[in-house]
Amino acid sequence: MVDGFDLVIVGAGPAGLEAARSASRAGRKVAVIDDNPRPGGQIWRHDPTGRAARPLRRLLSDLQSHEATRLFPGHRLVAFESGPTLVLESATGAQRIRGECLLLATGARELFLPFPGWTLPGIYGAGGLQALAKGGWPVAGRRVVLAGSGPLLLASAATLLRHGARIEGILEQAPTTDLLGFLALLPRWPLQTLAALALLRRLFRVPYWRGSWVTEARGREGLQEIVITDGRRESVLPCELLGTGYGLVPNIEAANLLGCELTAGPHPAVRVGSRGETSRPGLYAAGEITGIGGAGRARLQGALAGAAAVGDRRQADRLLGRSRHAEAYGRHLARHFRLGEPVRHLARPETILCRCEEVPLARIAEIPGDDSRSLRLLTRIGMGPCQGRICLHALAETRPEPFLPDWLTRPRPPLFPARLETLAGPERGPLP
Amino acid sequence: MTRDLIVVGCGIVGASIALAAQRAGLRTELVEAAFPGTGVSAAGMGHLVVLDGAELALSARSLELWRELLEREPGLSEYRRTGTLWVAENGTELAALARSQDRLRAAGVPSELRDAAGLAREEPALASDLAGGLLLAGDGIVYPPKAVHQILSCALALGARIRTGQRATALTGDGVVLEGNLRLSGEVVIATGPSGPELLPELPLVPRKGHLVITEATASPPRHQIVEAGYTRGLHAPDGLSVAMNVQPRPTGQLLIGSSRESGLSDSEVSPEVLAAMLGRVLRFLPGLGRLSALRTWTGLRPATPDGLPYIGRVPGRRGVWAALGHEGLGITTAPATAELLVDGILGRKSILDPAPYDPARCLG
Repeated sequence: MVDGFDLVIVGAGPAGLEAARSASRAGRKVAVIDDNPRPGGQIWRHDPTGRAARPLRRLLSDLQSHEATRLFPGHRLVAFESGPTLVLESATGAQRIRGECLLLATGARELFLPFPGWTLPGIYGAGGLQALAKGGWPVAGRRVVLAGSGPLLLASAATLLRHGARIEGILEQAPTTDLLGFLALLPRWPLQTLAALALLRRLFRVPYWRGSWVTEARGREGLQEIVITDGRRESVLPCELLGTGYGLVPNIEAANLLGCELTAGPHPAVRVGSRGETSRPGLYAAGEITGIGGAGRARLQGALAGAAAVGDRRQADRLLGRSRHAEAYGRHLARHFRLGEPVRHLARPETILCRCEEVPLARIAEIPGDDSRSLRLLTRIGMGPCQGRICLHALAETRPEPFLPDWLTRPRPPLFPARLETLAGPERGPLP
Repeated sequence: MTRDLIVVGCGIVGASIALAAQRAGLRTELVEAAFPGTGVSAAGMGHLVVLDGAELALSARSLELWRELLEREPGLSEYRRTGTLWVAENGTELAALARSQDRLRAAGVPSELRDAAGLAREEPALASDLAGGLLLAGDGIVYPPKAVHQILSCALALGARIRTGQRATALTGDGVVLEGNLRLSGEVVIATGPSGPELLPELPLVPRKGHLVITEATASPPRHQIVEAGYTRGLHAPDGLSVAMNVQPRPTGQLLIGSSRESGLSDSEVSPEVLAAMLGRVLRFLPGLGRLSALRTWTGLRPATPDGLPYIGRVPGRRGVWAALGHEGLGITTAPATAELLVDGILGRKSILDPAPYDPARCLG
């Protein structure tokens, strides 16, 4: 057991690291845990071909100057014990850690909408493909298409381009009118505007099809071509890799397990007050876990919540105004990249919805009623290693009526697959 | 509306009763407040086991009925005849297993005793310091949600009817009232598991909470369901927490792991402390499993009677009301024999088993 921290932060992305800096500056003892081998989260994921992002370098050097701050990279939070004590797992063993306050900055994951052929080798999440390229997976010279919705498609395309991929095109399901509406008000957020301009400059040669999406992927052993449409005409586009993602959904599992209040809907976020406080005392949340709004918003929220969590009211109050403004950007994003109806209903009866348990849509349609528990019990959807993180969100999108999944109402440990010896605890002595 | 028999609750017990009743020519209507098989039945391991002790006769008869049903279409309930390997930690436990073998033999249930070396041959992954074991080759496993649906489908095919999402709110003397004031008349069977006391407050029933864990698939799963001989100690310890190693190989190569018992708790929270104690027990017997990952955990409530035996029979002091409640952790196993006993009772037929030990009257003042 590692004990005696004033604040334990889960997640070393923009929100988590800013929170750590705020709390460290206030002179507190802080721990930051993250399951990736290096800090930075998804947006600042380490890329050996380039220098680390400037804000990340600044944050890490600031944190290094505080001796009381400890980073635990390569440690995944798998469960809580009373206290709450955090049960962490690394490649080699388990660790237990406890602090006065807890701040969750667990980020977001991609939303996938199944379409025929989406399980073919060669198809990845848009962000997943970006992460693979940064990790050194070879993409040079390969023909890549990015399809789905949201700014992540552009960020992923820019990374892939830098690693030598041939980007055949980017398909954005949102129609041109929505995108123009997004751009028209974007200058209200100068940082986000600069980031968008930088991306567009790097991608100016890449075709960007608005109001378009992939209806089918084909190939023998791996992806060979995709069928694309603008809702009127279909055409075929050969490619080797497809990165797809229809926006992001907050990683609320840890917060949910601790009983934090969530927002309504199939992709809930953690409900927080203006200083990042959740409905549970001593428990804070910041960044994409509280709603999708990008790195700028996440950094501000993290800095604010980190200060609030260690009782630095002055610093927290100073950041309040800017944080509210960044909050509005999240709403702006959601309004203009909302998902159209056609992309929700691309799956055919034989299309696999749950990859872990290989459950096709037809099997789900057989189950009468809309009780998510019997659906799960009888089809086994969501019961595999990903624990429904992908399929249950996809399923919710395909349903016309509001669908309250039982995995939200009855969260249980472990948060990720965890070794039996981890859950058996440290008290058990060495075995004979 | 009038039916011969109204079965309240469509878990494994209710569905089995509907099937037995319909086979006996009784027009049956099932009433289920939620969805079939999503209560206690879904939370169970689905271990079909002949259990030495007070329920030996009931479980042995049930296994005969189960095999009759399942061996025709084993796929529907994901049935497999894994057998049960009871494992003794020391000489005292092995001697107890030997005495158990005598009682099983007297009841016509075959079993084979194993010494330490024989045990290691049956399951090489077991710890090397164990004394031996007892193998019941006739035992098996099912996936309970699908078993409920297989039985329910058989009953519906024979003409039974079901209402789902409708709660029975009261007994009327000649039937039940459902939410929305719909009245059904006929003989009534209450098979609502831990909710039994809502309609039959006179029958004492306490929940006994249990935890389960499912792992990722392993390349070399055990062949049998493996249970430590000390498991039965927990059955007789009415209070507090008891844990025991109970490991079931699923057809997918995953392991389903139990078990824990806590009396009087009715919440569904997974307790890390109970999990730790339970898994500690598992790693004592199967030390090689430490690096295997758990995918999910959950809890269930076993409805328990004061003496550990289920209520199967007419409820004294009520006209036309029957109970099939309190099967504790053995409901999946004992559902078919429960149904047989109950339907024989309703029809006034002589049954293969003696109904007296299960008569609800025994627990009424």
